[in-house]
Amino acid sequence: MKNELLEILAKNCRLTNSQIAVMLGVEEKEVAEMIKELEENNIILGYPALIDWEKTDNDTVTAYIEVRVTPQRGRGFDKVAERIYQYPQVTHLSLMSGDYDLFVTVEGKSMKEVALFVAEKLAPIESVLSTSTHFVLKKYKEKGVIFEQKYKDNREAVVL
Amino acid sequence: MNIKKMLCRHITAVPPSGIRKYFDLINEMEDVISLGIGEPDFVTPWNIREEGIYSLEKGYTNYSSNAGAIELRREICRYMERRFNLKYSPEEEVLVTVGGSEAIDLAIRALATIGDEVIIPEPSFVAYKGCTLFAGATPVSLRLKSENEFRLKREDLEKVITGKTKVLILAYPNNPTGAIMQYDDYADIVDFLEDKEIMIISDELYAELTYEGQHVSIANFDQMKDRTIVINGFSKAFAMTGWRIGFVCAHRDIMEQMKKIHQYAVMCAPTTAQYAAIEALKNSDDEVADMVKEYNRRRRLVLNGFRGIGLDCFEPKGAFYVFPDIRKTGMTSDEFCERLLMEEKVLMVPGNAFGECGEGFVRATYATSTENLTEAIKRTGRFLSRI
Repeated sequence: MKNELLEILAKNCRLTNSQIAVMLGVEEKEVAEMIKELEENNIILGYPALIDWEKTDNDTVTAYIEVRVTPQRGRGFDKVAERIYQYPQVTHLSLMSGDYDLFVTVEGKSMKEVALFVAEKLAPIESVLSTSTHFVLKKYKEKGVIFEQKYKDNREAVVL
Repeated sequence: MNIKKMLCRHITAVPPSGIRKYFDLINEMEDVISLGIGEPDFVTPWNIREEGIYSLEKGYTNYSSNAGAIELRREICRYMERRFNLKYSPEEEVLVTVGGSEAIDLAIRALATIGDEVIIPEPSFVAYKGCTLFAGATPVSLRLKSENEFRLKREDLEKVITGKTKVLILAYPNNPTGAIMQYDDYADIVDFLEDKEIMIISDELYAELTYEGQHVSIANFDQMKDRTIVINGFSKAFAMTGWRIGFVCAHRDIMEQMKKIHQYAVMCAPTTAQYAAIEALKNSDDEVADMVKEYNRRRRLVLNGFRGIGLDCFEPKGAFYVFPDIRKTGMTSDEFCERLLMEEKVLMVPGNAFGECGEGFVRATYATSTENLTEAIKRTGRFLSRI
């Protein structure tokens, strides 16, 4: 039941508790309780909207940065990860398997701003060995949603 | 020459569909929320579409064998056994058709003609009656009752059986009512039919869209299997309406006759669709389950919404339709649908389009987005509070 609730919220978190309750066939109170519990247990961490900033006058540049680091004794990668994710410019950070260690997403107002952030903040961190910056030119799909596609009902009227 | 006089009487006697006029109306209107179209709003899952594309790239553009590609027929048999516990031979008992619709036509024509009666429990999908008339046979309407949640009851069947009855049509999960039949419901019917020489056509296109318990077919009863033609397909469960592909399973003696009609009328089902269908059966269980889950949420939303605005509505447990009772508004189904469309721009289909006994009801489909459904309920509520 909780998983189904999460599936519904992951798709559209603006549904009201009473709508969700009806969809799941349970009482509204139960939905409220489940959500509260999921929030308290840090399973639901937030309800951000998915925005195509390209269509706004808010200029945002996104870069994906591969970072190689030396793990620290006793703390592994966590310490350096913490140093990096504290920056508000960093919107995403994952530890990776393969050729590099950390995958960092950085957002800024211009390519220059992002490049400076990498040069002045990220690269100089003590255990960082190297960085490789890739700027995003166009986003096609994020979190299962295709950006350039507006749902349009193309069904024609047929007798059935 | 008066061309009209030259036309076949079997065909001209069939009136045009009553739903047409609404479709003509909405073509000229903006912002209509249509709860009128009986087809999934989902696009065919990508893996299935891609397989169709690959088959074209590889140049598979020839006819398949008349009965359908043997690989597909084998997958169909595996599927029917895995999902519905029905065993058929891929070589002799399966035919791939141009949608479930062709299968309905084949089944009726293989069994019934002038002098034969075909029992059609109504409200029902519009094709059964038409195909029966085209075959020269006589359709006999059986009125299903809303107090029985539109299930077929033995006593209703007893009343319409005559010496001429040849075929009984069953269609559960049902379009337009959303009704289902469970094992016990069938047991009564089977008991009654056992010693009678009556064939059954069971249209199970909506089998996957069963929201309570498991889908049951009358062919699951051993004594009925040989005399039941089971129709199923890909349109509803796999959201493949436009591909035009379905199938029919039946005893080899019936199959031989259906194949004759099929091979002369259409040769074979579209090859591209057949390759896509193989992928659908092999690798799409998760996609189907996700769609069913989504339909079920919408079903609850609509049922609750309609009841909330004062529409009487029995709980539909299959397909993707609700069939609310609008009699207490004092309007006929036609008036209700026309006013709702003109005043609030919501399209529902009048129940009498599915047989006379559908009068007093309307059909609404929840094969549309949650946002559309919520808005449609709101508008319908506004409409009801005004009248």
